[in-house]
Amino acid sequence: MSHQSTYNPGTGIEKWLDKRLPIIRLGHDSFIDFPTPKNLNYWWTFGGILTVCLVIQIITGVILAMHYTPHEDYAFASVEHIMRDVNYGWLMRYVHLNGAALFFFAVYLHMFRGIYYGSYKEPREVLWMLGVVIFILMMATAFMGYVLPWGQMSYWAATVITNLFSAIPWVGEPIKTLLIGGFSVDNPTLNRFFSLHYLLPFAIFGVVVLHVWALHVPGNNNPTGVEVKDVKKDTVPFHPYYTTKDGFAIVVFLTLFAAFVFFNPNGMGHPDNYIPANPLVTPPSIVPEWYFLPFYAILRAITFDVLFIPAKLGGVIAMFASILVLFLLPWLDTSKVRSMRYRPVARGWFFLFVIACIALGWLGGKPAEGAYVLAAQIATAYYFGYFLIIMPLLGVLEKPKPLPKSIAESVLKKDAPAAASAGDAQPVPAE
Amino acid sequence: MQIKKHLRSIVVIAALAVVPGAALAAGGKAEHPKHVHWHFAGPFGQFDKEAVQRGFQVYKTVCASCHGLELVSYRNLGQKGGPFHLDECPAGIPDTVDCSNPNDNPVVKAIAAEYQVEDGPDDSGDMFRRPALPSDRLPNPYPNEQIARLANNGALPPDLSLITKARHGGANYIYSLLVGYEDAPDTVNVAVGQYYNPYFPGDMAPNIKEEFLGEDGYPVEGVKVPLGGVLAMAPPLSDGMVDYEYDDVPETVDQYAKDVTEFLAWAAEPKMEARKALGVMSMAYLLILCGLIYWSYRAVWSDQKH
Repeated sequence: MSHQSTYNPGTGIEKWLDKRLPIIRLGHDSFIDFPTPKNLNYWWTFGGILTVCLVIQIITGVILAMHYTPHEDYAFASVEHIMRDVNYGWLMRYVHLNGAALFFFAVYLHMFRGIYYGSYKEPREVLWMLGVVIFILMMATAFMGYVLPWGQMSYWAATVITNLFSAIPWVGEPIKTLLIGGFSVDNPTLNRFFSLHYLLPFAIFGVVVLHVWALHVPGNNNPTGVEVKDVKKDTVPFHPYYTTKDGFAIVVFLTLFAAFVFFNPNGMGHPDNYIPANPLVTPPSIVPEWYFLPFYAILRAITFDVLFIPAKLGGVIAMFASILVLFLLPWLDTSKVRSMRYRPVARGWFFLFVIACIALGWLGGKPAEGAYVLAAQIATAYYFGYFLIIMPLLGVLEKPKPLPKSIAESVLKKDAPAAASAGDAQPVPAE
Repeated sequence: MQIKKHLRSIVVIAALAVVPGAALAAGGKAEHPKHVHWHFAGPFGQFDKEAVQRGFQVYKTVCASCHGLELVSYRNLGQKGGPFHLDECPAGIPDTVDCSNPNDNPVVKAIAAEYQVEDGPDDSGDMFRRPALPSDRLPNPYPNEQIARLANNGALPPDLSLITKARHGGANYIYSLLVGYEDAPDTVNVAVGQYYNPYFPGDMAPNIKEEFLGEDGYPVEGVKVPLGGVLAMAPPLSDGMVDYEYDDVPETVDQYAKDVTEFLAWAAEPKMEARKALGVMSMAYLLILCGLIYWSYRAVWSDQKH
């Protein structure tokens, strides 16, 4: 949070620089002495983990780009050249491939954490919305990256997804043509996707800087959702307290990462992407990577026309709406209490929401037929119902539990549960 | 309790999501691949070098007449992790030669020299043929797709470089397909030049003989659509067709299939051994680092209630 700077330039060079460009002061105030609530749990470590993911993706991506050829005749072979002939090329590619998937895994946990603890609420609306922007950019980047190896799934995913845009009335077809650079997915598509796939991560990086800035103005939310009252009692400096805690979480995450890269590098992929792209052969089933499956399920759940909206357009609208609705979340949630620790009813609906998302992910990988469609429709209805009906109503109807007076109080109470029984607020176990 | 109430709704949703899976047993399914315990499976699994060598022999003698291996060069056979890699030169080769370099590996050079490749143009502008070098790629059996299709009843034999990674079921599937050929059930037609295999992902429904179809076009009661499909590849292996150098290895279809699958698994992932070795080191490093950082974290926070 905004606080008095405690930076003391020690050396002459630092003093000289501090008068001209106080960049060391900025770093010191943001990442060394930044007052951070002392009660953050491990769900708060995903910010650091995601930063590491982004950096890993950019570094491995830049190296891969040195050896990759964005041409329909050479793309597939150049990826195999990386796998076979480039020194540690297999490592770079498998890290990049699995890194994308784990990046999404971490971002989903980060988002669920934000929803559970009400981290999008006043004064953190802009912080949340910037996060949604990052998420959208990530999806665009990952989608275009998946096309680059020019395997069967690359080609057909590009065909299916760009085709969605043609559902938009009037402008749909021209947008699609512009997007793929022609009338079908072809060499121009590959070229522009490569260009944009290289560009967008830096855009993400820029928005991440804004995201961190927007975080550092109001400061971190925390598991109680109670604002910092007394910086001395409620917070600790970011370093060394959270550098060690985040550092530990990052290394645990990297261990999981390494397990995938070294021992099951293709476990999350689809075998069809090791078959070179062939416009004449459609794979038996076209599925996106697992991290897009929930949205794919929503897209395919709309199998009926609504008034003048045909089913295809309806599906596209539902899919985009399922992401865009996140922008409205700060205003859809009417509750005055941030953390669901103190909202027992909301908590139940939240877990049901998590299950709906996982169910959608599972359904997205199944054929769009019979009962799968019905199940996807129910889960989609719950997805939107959760944001548009349940959240606004809960804030009005639900009676939250009493909040602790401060972060320090809640921390002390957790340490002395016997003393707490005499107090007012019930400590919530298992956090 | 609230939780219980929600739990009930959760169970309902979950049931809704799971039940259809059982209900939808549609046609077009193949037999689940046989499970083989591969030498290269698991985090410590390595290729069985002799099996890969024999598998190369099977590929060369049998598969290579129709299937290319265009991502593999002869030198790959002699690189670290490859079937003919040598740490030291065999006796009789001068000390100045480094046989661990695949380009100087005498076995690899000999294998390459068995093949002729086109090179050129030379100084007079003519293309010429010469014995292959370790740096050359394995030759494609057909100069182009059209000839390949013409020779194979319209089907295109796929390149095998990545085949174990490009099929569901991986190595188990390739092995199962090779040993899984059987006579088609009496209920189905199999055209000339087509072969039935229960492991091949296809759909046998269109092949059901007309006398077993009801008026609605579906098979009559008691007639099931067989698993698997038909493909244009005749059963490629038969007992004794490849002469192994060592007598203790059986010359059977099953052994050939296992060996050639092991070879193809290597061809698809020639850096697997390096990957797993680095993986073991990385995991050890990360786990120790986990412990150290956790200990630092506890030490740093010891003065704080949180």
